[in-house]
Amino acid sequence: MDQTTQPVLDIRGLTVRLPIRADRENAIEDVSFSVLPHEILCVVGESGSGKSVTAHTVMGLLPPKQLTATAGQVLLQGDDLLKKTPGEMRALRGARMSMIFQEPMTALNPLMSIGDQIEEILQIHTEMSARERLARVIEVMEAVKLPEPERLVHSYPHQLSGGQRQRVMIAGALALEPALLIADEPTTALDVTTQAQILKLIKDIQRTHGTAVLFITHDFGVVAEIADRVVVMQHGLVVEQGEAKAVLRNPQHPYTRMLISAVPSMTPPARPPKADAPVVLETQDLCKTYRDRSLFRAARETRAAHNVELSVRRGETLGIVGESGSGKSTVARCIVRLISPTSGQILIDGHDIAGLSASRLRENRRLVQIVFQDPYRSLNPRRSVGASIVEGPMNFGVGKAEAQTRARDLMKLVDLDPNSLDRFPHQFSGGQRQRICIARALAMEPDVLIADEAVSALDVSVQAQVLELLDDVRKRFNLAILFITHDLRVAAQICDRIAVMYKGEIVERGPAAEVFRAPSHEYTQALFNAAPGRDFEFGSFATA
Amino acid sequence: MSAIADRDANRSGLRERLAEFRRNVLSRHPTMAIGGVLLILMILGAVFAPLLFTVDPIALNPIQRLRGPGAAQWFGTDMFGRDIYSRTIYGTRISLFVGLAAAVLSIAIGLVIGLLAGYVRLLDTILMRVMDGLMAIPGILLAIALVSLSGASLVTVTVAITIPEIPRVVRLVRAIVLSVREEPYVEAAVAAGTRLPLILIRHILPNTIPPLIVQATYVCASAMLTESILGFLGAGTPPEIPSWGNIMAEGRTYFQIAPWIIFFPGALLALTVLAVNVLGDGLRDTLDPRIAKKM
Repeated sequence: MDQTTQPVLDIRGLTVRLPIRADRENAIEDVSFSVLPHEILCVVGESGSGKSVTAHTVMGLLPPKQLTATAGQVLLQGDDLLKKTPGEMRALRGARMSMIFQEPMTALNPLMSIGDQIEEILQIHTEMSARERLARVIEVMEAVKLPEPERLVHSYPHQLSGGQRQRVMIAGALALEPALLIADEPTTALDVTTQAQILKLIKDIQRTHGTAVLFITHDFGVVAEIADRVVVMQHGLVVEQGEAKAVLRNPQHPYTRMLISAVPSMTPPARPPKADAPVVLETQDLCKTYRDRSLFRAARETRAAHNVELSVRRGETLGIVGESGSGKSTVARCIVRLISPTSGQILIDGHDIAGLSASRLRENRRLVQIVFQDPYRSLNPRRSVGASIVEGPMNFGVGKAEAQTRARDLMKLVDLDPNSLDRFPHQFSGGQRQRICIARALAMEPDVLIADEAVSALDVSVQAQVLELLDDVRKRFNLAILFITHDLRVAAQICDRIAVMYKGEIVERGPAAEVFRAPSHEYTQALFNAAPGRDFEFGSFATA
Repeated sequence: MSAIADRDANRSGLRERLAEFRRNVLSRHPTMAIGGVLLILMILGAVFAPLLFTVDPIALNPIQRLRGPGAAQWFGTDMFGRDIYSRTIYGTRISLFVGLAAAVLSIAIGLVIGLLAGYVRLLDTILMRVMDGLMAIPGILLAIALVSLSGASLVTVTVAITIPEIPRVVRLVRAIVLSVREEPYVEAAVAAGTRLPLILIRHILPNTIPPLIVQATYVCASAMLTESILGFLGAGTPPEIPSWGNIMAEGRTYFQIAPWIIFFPGALLALTVLAVNVLGDGLRDTLDPRIAKKM
């Protein structure tokens, strides 16, 4: 085999055993794939598929004594990594293979300057002088297109944006020109526009440096954007692999087909306008300003939301789309009155609740309910789900027996076993918990349901089901839904109308179909252009 | 019939849980088991002091004064001929009572203040400044001042020891409340119209219990020490109630000729405090494994 076709990374029959009493015997079983030079290989799978375990095995980063590779080979340019001593692995990491992680904030040391962190790698692995090292640091920082590298070397991680931090991570990973770069969900924690830039950067680097990239992701949009080849994993097994285009267009395995069809389309389906339904929720000039008061300097003001005007009709879903820091969650929390707006009005069925006192507010709590993003923190872990569901109705004087009956009905409605009401949150999966949260919100018989990134933490297949459930309850109870998301695909599928928020203000609004077809504001256009895999219509398979 | 079967089922359930407790906790933290057993022995000794071959701890017997430890007086006698063994065993009552009462009281009061300070922003500044003020005064000094203001008795000593411990409990509770109040499940309860007292009791208080149990053991140990110090300084329980502190205080002047007067209550004090601390460390490790790894 000559140098060009020998794989950089060749995994053969790799099996990693889980600790006893786990839900399955092996984290990954008989996994085989290879990464060729000049290639980006995407490993796709949902949570628990074993994709991260595979990456960590290659890097030798498995938690010792808990996970152990029991069979197979991991060949990096022909060397079996499983036979290396810890010392030999240390020499390889950073030099011939390196890894970037999901959270660029926690992956960087907050107490070390950016330059020192990149330089550390050179210091450990090379004999370079201090001057040479600094020159190389500047060089790689330029390569990852960090602005003003000479100034930035002295900065600390908190002074950088999320995207810049991820660039620093990549710079560190590339400092020694490794043959293999492993990227474990490197863009999942980033905004869409930043994600687009980082993906482009990784692609550029792979092209110019010839680095082989093993890219772990759960997002088929990302796959469509950058992958040369794809490996699909499920429950620790490789179920399908092949050329990216072929797999996306013509998936063979039913699981792959399911995953790809679950990716929401960027084209909103036709929805009848609901112009004649009464307006349930309306905000006027809603502002939320945070004042950072300090004794010794002038007060700083942060305008989290500014003059937000929106209205939702009965039976309608309004989407608020925006990136982190755009103020979309602030608006949601103001409407639920978890925080008090600085000024403006919030009209529920025509009554202003923006300035109500605590006791008057409590009487109106029933009308607006919220479902949060994180299913693991939305339910009190110490209380049975039944107790969580009946808590609200019983606050409003519903008898215990009646509340219980309603809770059983709601469990049926959200497709869960009514007999599991006395179980505790940890006994349910993420998707199930989100269903319970929806049931809890519905138990109050609200007029307005706010879903604050309610499906963002879920796997794509579960996401599709929860979206369907939300749309179903909207129709059944004629609810007004305020759907807050950063995910344009999700917004396209569920929203009747869309409002785009940017820096605390609504910059564009309109029927979903129109906004998606012809975005008018330049920020909206940038946002839409950044959506990964936007040109790819998922689920329109070639007839197999 | 079925009630009996139920009770039996409960009992076997309890037995299983005890067995599991033994497997998981005691075998992994043997020091905690030792601490627990020692403490239980101390409590039994304090409760059943009259049955443990003791004589009247305040009966004077000048003929037998300053006898060394021997078969007749196990721990020897003091300058008035009082039996040190009896005095030490009866002294256990005072130390344990003050230790446990200070722990329970300071946790109970600190919990309420901490919950309010952490959740009600308006009260936070006021309550925490009061706590800062309390913390600024050395605990012993505050206790001595309180005792001398109100006269020495078991109750005043307990109160005087409890008050300086409260601020630390408040700070601990407040810190937990501040992080838990941001949890979505608390916000969901607010959105569901749950009233403030219920939110605090149902959703926030349970999170504070594990660290508070650990804190209680430390308060207990430090209260026992403070009580002995107060007794030693003459600001503790009145002389007619033997406590480890005042036994040692009385023995201080005879230390060179009769060291046993100080040695036995001192050793028992050290042992009890050690037992409580070891128990506390074990509880911390089992209740919150994350902290255990950091420490």
